[in-house]
Amino acid sequence: MKASAFDYARASSVDNAIELLGQYGDRAKVLSGGQSLMPAMNLRLLAPELILDIGALDELRGITVQDGFLSIGALSRHVDLQNSPNIADCAPLLKEAIAHVAHPAIRNRGTIGGSLAHADPASELPACVIALDATIVLRGPKGERRIAAEDFFLGIYETALSAEELLVAVEVPLPLPNAAHYFCEFARRHGDYAIVGLAAQAVVDDRKLIDLRPVFFGVGDKAMHVKVPPLLNVDVTREALSEALQALDEALDPPEDQQANGVMRLHYAKVLLARCVAALLSRPDLANWETA
Amino acid sequence: MTAPHSISLEVNGERVEAYVLPRINLADFLREHLKLTGTHVGCEHGVCGACTVRVNGEIVRSCLMLAVQVNGASIETIEGLSDSGEISDLQAAFRERNALQCGYCTPAMLITAQDLLRQEADPGREQIREHLSGNYCRCTGYQAIVDAVEATAKARKDRDKSRAP
Repeated sequence: MKASAFDYARASSVDNAIELLGQYGDRAKVLSGGQSLMPAMNLRLLAPELILDIGALDELRGITVQDGFLSIGALSRHVDLQNSPNIADCAPLLKEAIAHVAHPAIRNRGTIGGSLAHADPASELPACVIALDATIVLRGPKGERRIAAEDFFLGIYETALSAEELLVAVEVPLPLPNAAHYFCEFARRHGDYAIVGLAAQAVVDDRKLIDLRPVFFGVGDKAMHVKVPPLLNVDVTREALSEALQALDEALDPPEDQQANGVMRLHYAKVLLARCVAALLSRPDLANWETA
Repeated sequence: MTAPHSISLEVNGERVEAYVLPRINLADFLREHLKLTGTHVGCEHGVCGACTVRVNGEIVRSCLMLAVQVNGASIETIEGLSDSGEISDLQAAFRERNALQCGYCTPAMLITAQDLLRQEADPGREQIREHLSGNYCRCTGYQAIVDAVEATAKARKDRDKSRAP
């Protein structure tokens, strides 16, 4: 189908964009890469009155290392993340995850700001920024505010971003010594939305997990950060792993759709967490928890 | 207020000036305004890949861009790639390997395959499959398409080697 009619404005600056958002509020939609917005409009799931194109705002581009954190401009495209040495050095989790985000032609347009503001519960980047304990920077009529990624995502396509605000950047803390990460997802076709996926950031020392932030996606109405105390600061035994995996029964209540039912998704989540722990600790024996 | 916007862009090396409504996507602009019907429209929501074109040298889904967004850009469609001879060997390989049947996906398959071959001179079959993963073919299946891309990569490598001093 084709999108219904709308007005179009090309923002000349971030301030200009915020001014227009102030006038139109939720009757406007911000166009960044358009790789989620355009399908929704073509399917007539969305029919905004105004499309506010922020594509020319160079101030929202750039991936730079600043004092203690990595700053990623909202208009950084997936392909920019994929090719950025700063991302490879400071947030390799993102680099690995990006390869699973759709296909080359989409990665050439889609942006990190757009993906986060869209908040699809099955998409990779929201889970990654929660795992990385990143901060989302929003700018509105009253100035700038920062919000932890963990608190930014509220539900399906729902975030703490108000209709008058623009997502301008993501700030990722620089990795600690001994930082490690894990990323894996199950999808029917490479680049499709995951049936279940896991993004995790960790600190590994002396074959122990000092910290582990596993965040599942595709398992609920938003990316789910699950706490795993039985696995931290111990020599991980099969019993400790089983305990952590059983805790997923409580923590997750995955939905059913045409791809998988809830039971299957929960099983996949457990498989992924076991593989994650096995990979981070170089303990292949832990990956086969079911056959033990 | 949904008035047409004026745009100026380059399409296959030619300057194009037009007035377009904001809701017109790039695929429809190319097909209906410029009659460049080699760009196909399949799903219109970014899944099938049939509408793939190059914008400023990079492949994109033309159904997921508005014509007003490409103001100032340089567009290359399958007509441009074909006329310039840039992909004549790839086209011949598709024909030889029977890598097309109805042909609906073919222009975008060619553009996407060429995008890979420009970045990677010696891609493996897995890499070819991954790069083409966003392009659906509903009749030949993918085996022959991957064969044709692989054969083209090999032929280009041999050609470059024989040209080397």
